[in-house]
Parts: sequence; structure tokens; C-alpha cells
Amino acid sequence: MKKIGVPRGMLYYENFPFWKDYFNEIGYEIVVSKKTNKDILDNGILNSVDEACLPVKIIHGHVDYLKDKVDYIFVPRVVSLYKREYCCPKILGLPEMIKNSIEDLPEIIDTIFDLDKRSGLESGYRDVGKYLNVSNKESSKAYKKAYSQKEKYNDWIRAELLPMNYKFRPNNINILVLGHSYNVFDDYINMGILDKLSKRNINIYTAEDLSSEHIRKFSSYTKKRLFWTHGRRIVGAANYYIMNKEIDGIIFLSSFGCGLDSVLTHMVSRQSTIYEVPFMNLTLDEQTGEAGINTRLEAFLDMMKWRDKDKSYISTFR
Amino acid sequence: MIPPPVCSRKTLEIGSKHSPEMMCLPFKVFIGNYIESIEKGADTIIITGSCGPCRFGLYSLIQEDILQDLGYDVDLIVIDSIKEGYKEFISNLKKITKTNTLPQLYKSSRLALDLIKRADDLTQKSNYTRAYAVDKNHVNQIMDNYLKTSVQIHGASELINLINKTKEELSNVKLLENYNPIKIGIIGEIYTIIEPFVNLDVERKLGQLGVLVDKSLTPTKWLEHHVINYPFGSEDENNKFKLAKPYLHTPIGGHGRETLGSAIHYKNLGYDGVIQILPLNCMPEIVAKSILKNVSKDLDFPIMTLVVDEMTGEAGFVTRLEAFVDLLSKRREKHLIG
Ligand code: SF4
Ligand code: SF4
Repeated sequence: MKKIGVPRGMLYYENFPFWKDYFNEIGYEIVVSKKTNKDILDNGILNSVDEACLPVKIIHGHVDYLKDKVDYIFVPRVVSLYKREYCCPKILGLPEMIKNSIEDLPEIIDTIFDLDKRSGLESGYRDVGKYLNVSNKESSKAYKKAYSQKEKYNDWIRAELLPMNYKFRPNNINILVLGHSYNVFDDYINMGILDKLSKRNINIYTAEDLSSEHIRKFSSYTKKRLFWTHGRRIVGAANYYIMNKEIDGIIFLSSFGCGLDSVLTHMVSRQSTIYEVPFMNLTLDEQTGEAGINTRLEAFLDMMKWRDKDKSYISTFR
Repeated sequence: MIPPPVCSRKTLEIGSKHSPEMMCLPFKVFIGNYIESIEKGADTIIITGSCGPCRFGLYSLIQEDILQDLGYDVDLIVIDSIKEGYKEFISNLKKITKTNTLPQLYKSSRLALDLIKRADDLTQKSNYTRAYAVDKNHVNQIMDNYLKTSVQIHGASELINLINKTKEELSNVKLLENYNPIKIGIIGEIYTIIEPFVNLDVERKLGQLGVLVDKSLTPTKWLEHHVINYPFGSEDENNKFKLAKPYLHTPIGGHGRETLGSAIHYKNLGYDGVIQILPLNCMPEIVAKSILKNVSKDLDFPIMTLVVDEMTGEAGFVTRLEAFVDLLSKRREKHLIG
């Protein structure tokens, strides 16, 4: 069986269960790169432009890891996931960055997914199939199978990405962990922040828990149309949880140098201030140290506990 | 209507102080510009929006917050692409030009376009003249004088007179004979290319070294592509997309695709090299940079990237320019001999 490599970075965190079922269905074996580690990061830094953000460097490392182990590497060119919306310029140009930065690559499957211009995901998958000489009919069948179960993605997150032994406990502190899915779920990038929260019996909320209807509704309050699909998700989730008073605090995991985050952290922190929800932004890059993160996290949680205890007391003074 | 004061390093300082640190350079320039204009009495600010996929389209959202926090009470008018709504577009234009009918609007826009074009032509002529001039400082004096006077005068006809006069002065500058300058194209993000104080006056510095400089994007080129020839685009810019195609099939936002196409365009025109100006953290230009590496290799064409932000210092910048020009001259000699 021929092998298709999937780098464990960026859009992996949004799509992997679907990709896996699709490729298996059309008869290919999937090879996922290892979890991010120091080697992968170092190779990523070596094989990408200095100015790139951490997630982009890391995915370069994953591709480099896979390149002599597989027949193809799947790096789709995801331009748009919704009408009149786009992804980050670096996601738009990801296949090019990779192809121009890493040498001796196997064939890259860089199918365009552009839902602004075309009708749907299905036609994108047909194009993927074309690379592998799979008929449209077969492709559509595999696509339908892959996307038949709605809960699949969230089940996968629970099983694979949330900390082991994580349990939701009513009456505990609830924290919304925001950011690009690859910052929230790659525990090497974020120094195991979810683990740290779980060990302290804190309930973890993420944007991925929400339905896209909720996201759309709660992200439409901005004065200008937010044209980044991933930005909408973050702003929509923040608004939803803040306005429904479901959370006690927000931790935003942002990438150093990320253009989207520069806009999104501003919007979310403003909203948090208005509704008096504690907000902390942790900026991640290759220099981020775990000690610093721990200190900031402790301080943030202390503040929240203090708030919690004195909630009724404070409110009379507001 | 109060035009913003000629931008200076100070504009950028003010802008950086009041902007979120992670915002890109053009954002900070804009904030600096607004604040300087407001302090001079402006009550309405006009910016052009753009709808994605880069940050620029969302600038105004944050800028309004910042100005509000600073306690300024101003009207921020955002001219969005016609795609976001024709009515909005026209009504915003009317607000700005203070005209009510379409023919009037058309006339005042024509005038504005004409002025922009004349000013661009003048800058281009000065760059050309500087490369050949026996005394480069003479050209600098003429242009400094023009910039200083242009903010003091009123009305279009006075400005046109000034431009014409300056042009004539440039024509009288003594030029080197039989001189064949090194030619360099400047490519990259549009605001960074256009604003001399953001790019540390790269054109002037290169001209000082006797280099002929051409910029891939100017206000005129932008207008011709996005407004005058809407929705088809200008021939030159469309051609750049075609040139970029072997390296990039789809747009990546900002001016990333233009940057690539322009590099190849300058190669085809027989230039000696290009310099990409990359405002720190600019997303599309970072993508472009990683591709340019191979463009340079494939075409055997020197390309240098200069990253600029509010901290970029003069000294290192000049050294890098000199080294690049040096490299290009050596290559030329080699070609001549070889
Ligand atoms: S969204 Fe931000 S973190 Fe993600 S690729 Fe773009 S710049 Fe990098
Ligand atoms: S193209 Fe670059 S400079 Fe312009 S808005 Fe985008 S990131 Fe900022």
C-alpha cells in the first residue's frame, strides 16, 4: 500500500480524522509525523525563513521528518473555507513555502480548497483523488463516508488532544483556552498548558466545542466583517462564552508575529474588559521558556481564585 | 480638508507608541499620521479599506478604538472596495469630496488622480536624475525644497506649478556622460515602498551610490490597477500575476504575488538586481521571501531582503545597501570579461 504523509502541524488539528478516513477509504496508508519535539522544531527552524511564525516553522520540521518515509505528503492549499472569507496568508502560501524551502521532497499533494469560489469540500476531495488516479465516484463515496459522523471531530479531540484523565467537574473554575487550534492542542508549542490546567482541576473550554452556527452568530457583532474564518471562530467563541457567563477567565495562546493574533487579541481583550472577565495573553515563540509560562499562569489563577472568593463582596462596590 | 503633515520618523514614533506592538508597520504609520493630523485640527479621517485576506482590511476596527481611548473625537471614513457595497462606496466618496452629484464627483476625483500621477512622475524623475547627477546633493536639495514648499501651498493649480518648476530644475542638473548605472528594482509591501521615512529613504541612499532605482508599486500604479481599470486591473499588474504563476498559483493577500511577479519583471527588463522591503511580521511578504529564494536561484538574479521596523537603524542599513551594490558591480564586470 502506498503511503501518504500527514505533517502533524497547523491544519492537522482541524481535519485529521476526516483526512484519515478519506485516504483509508480510497486505499492509502496514512503516516503521521511524530509529536512535535526539539528535533522537529530545530529542523523546522533550519528549513524555513527566519521571519516565519512558530507554527509555520514547526510544520516545516514535520514535513522534513516525513520526506523520506512516504510516497506523498499532503499539504492542501486551503484558501477559503467559507464564502468571502479567507485563511491567513501564510496558510494560503504554505505549500509554496514548503516546496521552496525543503529539498528532496516526495510529491506534494497541494490541492486547492477554495470554498469562496467553488461549491464545496467535496470537489476539493475529488481533486485530491485525481492526484492518485481515483475516480470522482470513488472519491465522493470516500468523502461522504469521512464526513458522515458529525461528532467524529470532537470525539477525536477528547480522545487524542485533551490531557489524559481530564474530567469536567461542575463547580470548578472554567477557563476558555483560545488561539489557533495548533497553538491550543500542540502541547510542545504551548508547554503543556492544557495539562497544567487539568492537573489543577480546572475545566477547559475551547472554541472547537461550539457549533459553527453559534460561532457565526456570535462573531457577527463586529463593525467590520471579519473575513478570516479562523479569526471568526476565535472571536465568536470568546463572545459566546463571555456573554453567556460560562467562563471565569480567558487564556489566549498567540503566536509571536502572527498577524491574525495581533488583531484578535485586541478584540477579545477589549470584550473581556467590558464584561470584566480576566484575560491573559501568552505569546509563544521558539524562545518562550516554561518557567515564565508557569509563573504567569500561577499569578493568573491566583487572581481568579481571589476573585472567586470575594465575588459577592466585590460586586457591591462596582 | 487637512492633508497629513509630510511623514517623518516622528510620525512612526508616535504611531508605535500608541499601537499594539504586534501590529505591522503600515498600521503604526497610519496611527501616527492620524494623530498628527488631529493635532493640526482634522475632524475627519479617510482611509481606504480592503477586504482581506490581509490585516489591512481590519485596521479601522482597532484604529477607532485607539483614537477613542486617546480621547479624540473624529470621524473615521473607510472607503471599502466596491465589492463590499456600491452605495456605501459612493456615499463615502461624496462625504470626502464634499460634492453631491456624480459628475462633480467624477471631476474632483479626476483632479486628485491627476495630481497623484504628477507627483509620482516627479519622484521618478528625481530618482533617475540622482543616479546620473554629477552632484547628487544638488538633486536632494531640489527635492527637499519641493517637499517643504508643497505642504505650505494651497490649491491644485499652485501645486501643479510647483511640480512643473521642480521638474525644470531637475532637468538642469548636470549629468555624468557615458555613465551606465547599476539598476535596482524595489519590491515588497506597498506602504513600505512608498513612504521614504519607513524604508529609510532607500531610493535616495541608492541614488547616492549612483544606482538607478525603480519602484514596483507607486500610488499611481495602485490606482490604475484597483480603481481606474476596475474590475479588470491594469495591464502591467496583470502581467505580473502571469509572471508569478510558475511559482504561485493563487493570491496570498497583501502584495505577495506582485512582489514575486515584479522580481521577474525587473529581471526581464535587464535590471541588475532587486531589493525586497519587508515590514517586520508582514505575512504575505514572508511567504514571498521564502519563494524568492528559488526565483533568485532559477534566474540567476540577485535578490536581497531588507526587514524594516521602527527600530531599524541607519548604519547597518547603509552597509547592507553598499554591500549589495558592490556585489552587483562585480557581477557586471565578470559578465563583461567572461
Ligand atoms: S495564523 Fe498566525 S500563527 Fe497561523 S500561520 Fe498565520 S501568522 Fe502563523
Ligand atoms: S500586507 Fe503586510 S503590511 Fe500589509 S496589512 Fe498585511 S501584514 Fe500588514
